[in-house]
Amino acid sequence: MSLLELRKLNKHFGGLHVTNAVDLTLEAGEIHCLIGPNGAGKSTLFRLILGEHHPGSGDVLFAGENITALKSFARIRRGLSVKFQVPGVFKGLSVRQNLEIALQSRHRGRELEAEIDRLLVFLGLESEQAQSAGNLSHGQKQWLEIGMAISLKPSLLLLDEPTAGMSPEETHLTGEMVQRLNAGGMTVLAIEHDMAFVRQVAQRVTVLHLGQVFAQGSIDEIVADERVAAIYLGQAHA
Amino acid sequence: MSGLVSFFRRLEGPQTVGRGPAFWSLFAVVMMIALAYPLFSDGYTVGNTVYFFVWVFIALSLCLIWGYGGSLSFGQTAFFGIAGYGYGILTLNFGSAYGFTLVALVAAVAIAAFFAALLGYFMFFGRIAGVFLGIVTLAVTLMLERFMAQTAGPEWHIGSARLNGFNGMSAMPPLTIPWPGEPIVLFADVGLYYFVLGLLVFVYLALRILMNSSFGNVIVAIRENPERAEMLGYDVRKYQLITFVIGAALAGISGVLYTAWGQYITPSSMGMTAAALPLIWVAVGGRSDLTSTVVGTLVVLAAFQALTIYGSQYALVFMGVLLVLTVLIAPNGLVLGTMNWLGRLAARLSQRAG
Repeated sequence: MSLLELRKLNKHFGGLHVTNAVDLTLEAGEIHCLIGPNGAGKSTLFRLILGEHHPGSGDVLFAGENITALKSFARIRRGLSVKFQVPGVFKGLSVRQNLEIALQSRHRGRELEAEIDRLLVFLGLESEQAQSAGNLSHGQKQWLEIGMAISLKPSLLLLDEPTAGMSPEETHLTGEMVQRLNAGGMTVLAIEHDMAFVRQVAQRVTVLHLGQVFAQGSIDEIVADERVAAIYLGQAHA
Repeated sequence: MSGLVSFFRRLEGPQTVGRGPAFWSLFAVVMMIALAYPLFSDGYTVGNTVYFFVWVFIALSLCLIWGYGGSLSFGQTAFFGIAGYGYGILTLNFGSAYGFTLVALVAAVAIAAFFAALLGYFMFFGRIAGVFLGIVTLAVTLMLERFMAQTAGPEWHIGSARLNGFNGMSAMPPLTIPWPGEPIVLFADVGLYYFVLGLLVFVYLALRILMNSSFGNVIVAIRENPERAEMLGYDVRKYQLITFVIGAALAGISGVLYTAWGQYITPSSMGMTAAALPLIWVAVGGRSDLTSTVVGTLVVLAAFQALTIYGSQYALVFMGVLLVLTVLIAPNGLVLGTMNWLGRLAARLSQRAG
């Protein structure tokens, strides 16, 4: 069964048509990467899925339910979760508190503490737990936010550039983290520019260009597609 | 039982400064001094101290909404005024027999909270935030001030209570506790002192528990990053509204106590100066911590009064300078800054000793 289905999604900002009749289907259990040049409409598509923007026309279906009219928090409660492009951690609070806030709606008391400890180990942030989240390195902030996003046990995890600003090693570790989550049953939709990461994790890739679905397929098919190379990969690897 | 223990454990936590035996011993000492204080002082001075205590509630309301919640409300005085006038109107109509003044206290605070729920609904569900929230709330309090100021004519009355325009209402009964034999009238000295002190301690401890609960976690999360909080599944608008209503109720308590203390209330209690002063107390003390807010408010109020008594016409200018200095030197508040510094010093000393 498809977990997420976008039907003829349209979004205008004034005269700018940022999302143009986008159809996209995500199967449960897959890792799907969304690529495309800057301004292709990737982040806007995320915001439409999350309910931060509302489409001019078209529908968003999640697990068979039409969620187009739902507020963001209601979509999250149905099993969506997100890591933003710019890490959205609670900077003034400790790492531990950040995770507590994410986990407290599902766990209480000792169980909550144990869950936080478990997640800290998973993220490799045990020694930073008392630190202010604002003092973490960029990569650690990304991990912390991924940790907050997955603590909701979502069925669909949206990652907007999860490896931006990371070293190649950190990027690889993040890829492994995503694969482990996926092995646990989580469906992942990731926007990413780092082709090494896409190659490492993606089972399917969608190329977005000028607000439209430009191409779709496996990473090898996409890389072999000369039209895609012309608009994106060619420029990126030049 | 374990539920009760974990409930009281929330008296300490990441959202409130002060923990462990040292803090609570100090708290106990301060409480003992506060309880014994009327024995060593005269009625007038005690009554004056009550006046300081009365303002702490509105300061705590701002601490909650602004310091913890991140929404700068410039109009807490609106709820102060509504509750103050509410108490006056109710008690002038129904008197003080059978403990009605206490009913009026609760009812007046409830009216202020209801008004806040209405205003807050339109603000938060209309996604008004940041500086606009300050502008709207300031406009509301100034509007109420203007409105009440023009109610001088005899046609402006509710029941037998005349609103009296700019002169305000007066001669409402003080708080009265029904007692077999003779009711206890809480005039603005020792009686009211213990009543207000008890209420203040209760509110302070209850807010500590609230802010260290999962509700408090969400409130500070919204201050830090509302978008992230929403994307963790929290209905941000609902949490902001509840915080705003609790804050309004606290400001309302200030309003009622003030009215009962002096047996008068005027429109200027909702004016520009009145609206600005609590911001200064809270900012100077340390808006993101309850204890800092309480201590800061009491110190600044006492200093302000000392200045005005000893002949300085520049007391308000001094307050402005104090605010500017705070923003420049310790943006999180002077009291909070000092407490954090003491905490670090103690940690370093114990580390060296260990």
